[in-house]
Amino acid sequence: MRSQAVDHIALLPLYAAAATAVLALLADLFVAKRAVTAAATLLGALATAVCALAVGPWDPTFCTTGGCSWVPTWPAAVTAALFAALTAAVLALSLPALRLGTAPAGEFCFLLACSMTGGVTIAYAGDLLTLIVGLETLTLPLYILVGLRRSAPDDSAADGRAATRAASASVTFFLISVISTAIALLGIALNYAATGTVHLNLLGPAPTPFAALAGVGAALLVIGLAFKVAAVPLHAWAPATYDDSPLPIAAFLSTASKLGGVLALAAIVSRLDTGAVMSALAVLTMTVGNLVALRQTRMVRLLAWSSIAQAGYILAALTMGAPGVPAALAYATFFVILELIAFGVVTALRPPGADGGTLDDHRGAARRHPWLGAAMVLALAGLAGLPPGLAGLFAKVSVVGALVTEGWTWLAVVVVINAVIALAYYIRVAALLYTLPAQPGIAVADPILVYDATHPRVTVTRPVIVTLLIAATVAVVVGFAPQLVFSALM
Amino acid sequence: MIHGEQALLLALLAVPALGAALVALIPATRDRQARIVATVFAAMTFLLSLAPLAYQGDMPRRWDQYTSGLEPWIDLDLPWVPALGLEFHLGVDGVSAPLIALTGLLTLLCCAYTIRKVPSGGAGRTLAALLLVLEVGVLGTFLALDLVLFFLFFEVVLLPMYAVIAGWGGPRRRAAARKFVLYTLAGSVLLLLGVLIVVARAGTGDLVDLTGSVQLTATTQQAVFALLAVAFAVKAPLWPLHTWLPDAHTEAPTVGSVILAGVLLKMGTYGLIRVGVGVAPLGAAWAAPALGILAVIAIVAGALICLRQTELKRLIAYSSVGHMGFVLLGIATLSITGIQAALVGNIAHGLITGLLFFLAGTIKDHTGTGSLNQLSGLRETAPRLAGLFGFAAVASLGLPGLAGFWGEAFAVVAAVQRGGPLWITLASIAAVGGALTAAYFLRLLRLLTHGPATPETHAMPPALSRTEWLAWTPLVLLTIAVGIVPALVLQGTFESLTTLLGARR
Repeated sequence: MRSQAVDHIALLPLYAAAATAVLALLADLFVAKRAVTAAATLLGALATAVCALAVGPWDPTFCTTGGCSWVPTWPAAVTAALFAALTAAVLALSLPALRLGTAPAGEFCFLLACSMTGGVTIAYAGDLLTLIVGLETLTLPLYILVGLRRSAPDDSAADGRAATRAASASVTFFLISVISTAIALLGIALNYAATGTVHLNLLGPAPTPFAALAGVGAALLVIGLAFKVAAVPLHAWAPATYDDSPLPIAAFLSTASKLGGVLALAAIVSRLDTGAVMSALAVLTMTVGNLVALRQTRMVRLLAWSSIAQAGYILAALTMGAPGVPAALAYATFFVILELIAFGVVTALRPPGADGGTLDDHRGAARRHPWLGAAMVLALAGLAGLPPGLAGLFAKVSVVGALVTEGWTWLAVVVVINAVIALAYYIRVAALLYTLPAQPGIAVADPILVYDATHPRVTVTRPVIVTLLIAATVAVVVGFAPQLVFSALM
Repeated sequence: MIHGEQALLLALLAVPALGAALVALIPATRDRQARIVATVFAAMTFLLSLAPLAYQGDMPRRWDQYTSGLEPWIDLDLPWVPALGLEFHLGVDGVSAPLIALTGLLTLLCCAYTIRKVPSGGAGRTLAALLLVLEVGVLGTFLALDLVLFFLFFEVVLLPMYAVIAGWGGPRRRAAARKFVLYTLAGSVLLLLGVLIVVARAGTGDLVDLTGSVQLTATTQQAVFALLAVAFAVKAPLWPLHTWLPDAHTEAPTVGSVILAGVLLKMGTYGLIRVGVGVAPLGAAWAAPALGILAVIAIVAGALICLRQTELKRLIAYSSVGHMGFVLLGIATLSITGIQAALVGNIAHGLITGLLFFLAGTIKDHTGTGSLNQLSGLRETAPRLAGLFGFAAVASLGLPGLAGFWGEAFAVVAAVQRGGPLWITLASIAAVGGALTAAYFLRLLRLLTHGPATPETHAMPPALSRTEWLAWTPLVLLTIAVGIVPALVLQGTFESLTTLLGARR
């Protein structure tokens, strides 16, 4: 057996990510101060992003005849940096809750950094097994993070219920995820049996006697991965899990975790012919996601369904195979930025450690927090694909443009019809933020004064403000200069 | 390097955008100052919007001397997003210059109107800032010479207009605003499809390259024109896609109605001329009869509904449907006369209906009702307002010598010139529709200004305030000016239209 040559520079981002996790663990063990652990993790995440961008495209490593398992390209480096940035942002959003002690900081930071390591692995993966390992490393810590809610010192019945709900969300998520991984692995196995390869660059049509087997394998693989991006009909876990997990973790699930699934799918569909399965998934995902979102009354559930629908647009781009991958990645990049802002604003508007609440809980919020309101409008308009959310508009244009160019006009029609349906609920939420609450039963001279008196401002902590400020700035910059994203992902 | 005149195009977008940002940042305690700042920016934009008129074509040339179907007087082309084939390409020519000036004027008048009168619902400075954002979107649409850029600016107006209606509108504003935004988005996603099909097939979105060149097959042009026509028909609006308009107008605040009728609707007709006819001339020729028939139905349906209508703003909104029907009939003839009629009709409608909505808004503000059953005898309680209303109504019904005449008369003339049984029939029905227009406006005047004064009309102040004079005088004067000298609008359009329609010959 021949050992493979290892290029350590190519692996630098992975080392940085893994070292962050270890550092978080050690810091918690030896210093045992929440601030130090969090700061170490934050710095580690930023270092990972810097490493990924500094190394950039590099020689592939872990190579064997014909294929390599670790392929540093520009899209890989950019998406790895994106994973790291999302991790840092989610950590910053979690700080107020961690300060309250709703979850043990050391474990939280360690698990989050582990998840980031998985994301980095997915970005660089050059074979199906590395891809699955990365995906599992990304997801595994999330089972715990979803349920990681220690009852606060002033334990009340409500908190106890929240902890139970979180645990049940965690179990649901875990079961669904394990099954989906098993399906994906079966798909890989069948495909390997048919073609004898696991390396992405060698994937392709199987020789004739095995074509059917390889087709089944590819379909199973896509279906297994579709669970991760919560594609309809494999989506049922997502709304409940999002709603019952802590808000920042829900943000991570709907951004980083979804991005991981998209990258994995992109790796598969660009080499194997899965157009039929993908187009069916895409149509179902966006249509069902949008229609159900119309009926939601809870904030996080609405965002969860909208995020399902958004995944549908990405799947539509991936339906085209290799030509659709740049559009899908660009869409995913714009989407995670906007989604992060949306979840960040909800986190900021709610007391630390609270869940997303009902839509009515957010009524009039923008009147008390005009800047948070503006950020939310930016995010929602972007998700709807309208100015001022230019990033979202360009995302939609790139997907629809690719679909039209590649001759999938019917799918482009489905996408744009869905964009109209989606606006109905995005605009409902945005308008709600600026609506005065329903009048109390008694007549009052100045309803606004009464409202302000009964709805004290939530103090927004500094890490949350900084995160939102950076995210909003990035959204505006890539909105005006989307070419930055398109070039980086070429 | 950007030359002086190119900087003008950038400034046309940058000044209102900057103004909007600045006004939004002014604290709530200085609300009135903020509205004044907004008006100053609107005034600067208005002056800038007049400047392109000075740059119009140098020497008349024969049509075969033109290298492209579109020769802008001023041209600015910067790369923006090569990955999407999107260039920041702006330009002005005879088709867009009058509309740009109209937009500058109406936004200025609305901002000035907001200084004194803020409709209830929200802060006045936010409303003023939104008006400036709307102006950016509309000016951008008229300036864009790149298809994707055109689409982008087309979308810019969507959410601000929603916010204006939903924030400052009447009692049923939310439903009306939602209907407006969903309807319009449904139209503009079709525009997106059409635009992207053109970009995919022709390999470019540059209107200068695309106009009049034969890069698209006839089938593609038909598909593209069908998509674009529906998209613009929603915006214009053309019967039967007009149902969002009456609700939006009835509920919108006065300035919202003025901007909506005065400039937003023009984006639809302008788009049809610039993009629809320019990029897909064969498609336009193919669809012209259908477009003409729908336009004539719109004229007649609008007039018949107006004859039965008892809500003031709703009546004016439906009259817009009829007027835009004339504009679309002019476009559908695909002749220079017809499209010139459409351009004059656009401007005239913007001036006259803008004035009508201002007047209707004032009446509604003072009397608290828009129902014609409760309003009568206005000439006794508010003679000046009644006089102005009479003027606007007479202008709107197309009295020769006032702006409204040229668009409607020459749309009919163009249809007759087009010849053939279909177009002659359409012309005759449109002429009957014109007569019906006169009928319902006279009915409106009889109900509103004559008869005994009701308690509601007694609430009207007999004199007009200074703000009102300030906002309305320019509209009155321009209505007369365009009525006497339509060349004010048409100067320079002949060149642009000859090249635009040249490819079809």
